[in-house]
Amino acid sequence: MSTELNDDEQLDADAPWLGSADTSEGAQELAGRALTDERLLGLERGAVLRLPEGAALDVGDINVESPEDETMIINLGPQHPSTHGVLRVMLELKGETVLRTKPVIGYLHTGMEKTAEDLMYVQGGTNVTRMDYLSPFFNECAFALAVEKLLDIEVPERAQWIRMLMMELNRMSSHVLFLATNGLDMGATSMMIYGWRERELLLAFFERVTGLRMNHNYIRPGGVAADLPDGWRDDVLEILDVLPGRLDEYDTLFTNQTVWRQRSEGVGVITPEQAVALSLTGPNLRSTGVAYDVRADFPYLRYDEVEFDVITGTVGDVFDRYAIRFNEIRESMRIVHQILDKMPKGDFRIQDAKITPPPRGRIDESMEALIHHFKLFTEGFNVPAGEVYVAVESPRGEVGCYLVSDGGSHPYRMHWRGPSFANLQALPVMMRGGFVADGIAIISSLDPVLGDVDR
Amino acid sequence: MADEPTPDGAAEEPAAPEPERRAGALVTWSRGQEVLHPSRAQYVDTVRTLKEEGFALCVDITAVDYLHNPPRDLPPGVAPERFEVVVNLVAFDPPRRVRVRVQVAETDAHLPTLWDLYAGADFYEREVFDLMGIRFDGHPDMTRILMPEDWEGHPLRKDYAIGRVPVQFKAAPSTR
Repeated sequence: MSTELNDDEQLDADAPWLGSADTSEGAQELAGRALTDERLLGLERGAVLRLPEGAALDVGDINVESPEDETMIINLGPQHPSTHGVLRVMLELKGETVLRTKPVIGYLHTGMEKTAEDLMYVQGGTNVTRMDYLSPFFNECAFALAVEKLLDIEVPERAQWIRMLMMELNRMSSHVLFLATNGLDMGATSMMIYGWRERELLLAFFERVTGLRMNHNYIRPGGVAADLPDGWRDDVLEILDVLPGRLDEYDTLFTNQTVWRQRSEGVGVITPEQAVALSLTGPNLRSTGVAYDVRADFPYLRYDEVEFDVITGTVGDVFDRYAIRFNEIRESMRIVHQILDKMPKGDFRIQDAKITPPPRGRIDESMEALIHHFKLFTEGFNVPAGEVYVAVESPRGEVGCYLVSDGGSHPYRMHWRGPSFANLQALPVMMRGGFVADGIAIISSLDPVLGDVDR
Repeated sequence: MADEPTPDGAAEEPAAPEPERRAGALVTWSRGQEVLHPSRAQYVDTVRTLKEEGFALCVDITAVDYLHNPPRDLPPGVAPERFEVVVNLVAFDPPRRVRVRVQVAETDAHLPTLWDLYAGADFYEREVFDLMGIRFDGHPDMTRILMPEDWEGHPLRKDYAIGRVPVQFKAAPSTR
């Protein structure tokens, strides 16, 4: 493809894409060896991942001339039950062995970053909550924190603890669903039913608090949408009561099971150097032993006031990634226990009529409250100009929100660092040399959410 | 690998009251977050220096289209351009973050790739190219990633008219 720009003498005024650079027609698909950049070929074998000297292969040593007729390029997905949505993975196979892998994504791209530019900050939450649909609170929270940072406000203490409570419960529900889908992909069909059952416990609680099972729009700039309902503590305690026993069952069912361990141990190994080079975060990075957790390294909200361990692995294989998530559920339960102890009384949102709506009752009796309410939902609130990057630790890794404001009521630009998007880059490295059946286990172990990948 | 301290590349920099610099780039602070503003010529050297300082994880690369010229915080000496590529880096020990913002001109929307430093820049640079139309020289696979291959235009640009573009479907390939 050419690198020169705008050879556009035909850049006529009614072209809707006026001003755009020339468009590559280059294939997104996995091309044959002879057509592929040598460095890309080297990528999968660690040659260009900045490994220590000696551990890495020289790019020049890679045989580009591998006989074409011995390898076959096939599609896995986008319509495949194990691809967790619409992930399409192109595989170069030699017999049953995977040589090269290329994730082809974008099938779920709905332009949410563009949509956000047309939504006010008060509306933004409904948009971002739909990105990573298995852990919506994290996207809402990153967005709310970014807006609050631009506004230079701090939300009341209770709101911060409520946010943490909802996020940790959400981490549990997301990881429990991971256990379910991971089990299904590896042939443990009953685990799928168990996992969905446990998740239902948590979603029922979310519904009681937010009114919705998913896509809550509960965490909003300025606090949360509503206070916790009466009896919330008992509901949480019941969840914390039921889950440990169930988790122990699954421990017996999986961790101690020979078949499970044989299918997962030593499969899809990635080294810490490779994982860092490929921008992995979350459990996928921690499985290699790199203890990077946004909650611990860059504490936000009140995470510096709770005690928890960052779970790390040693090998970086499918089993480690499973075991880390498993133990993170327990760690989250530990955090939730502390949150229950520390939950303060007070406001659940900032009392600033310019940012949060007045209570419903006030609207009936106060003209001023009515006007504030009206202005807030028709014009929104203005956010000072500036740019900010805020990250939180979602079940899939670092989810970051880069927000640029021009001083108006809409974001000028909103960009999301979707952890699943970056995590998919590890697929070629993990899949190389394994079987297709291992590939299914590896994709599952990365726990990608395609809504988060494509946004 | 150029190991020498980064060259003081920007010749247009008058340097009157000795502004704050780091890794050869001018520094500003945005809501308590450190932001470096290298020139395009310094860009890769600045990032390389940061990597040698311990910023091992390239956490995000994105771009902003400042077509409508909203107010933005740039140090004196950095001329605003239409596009800005934003790179977020993380160091583990001690944990710290830094952000690099590079100005990219509309008429010459190129930038050298970070792929050689961070293999994880792959998807992010493809995303920026796809949605903003900024090319990364030296990237091994500069193709669209989220939009279909034959899509016209770059949707996240501010002059990309939403609502007026018909939905484009990929033509069915005849031979595959």
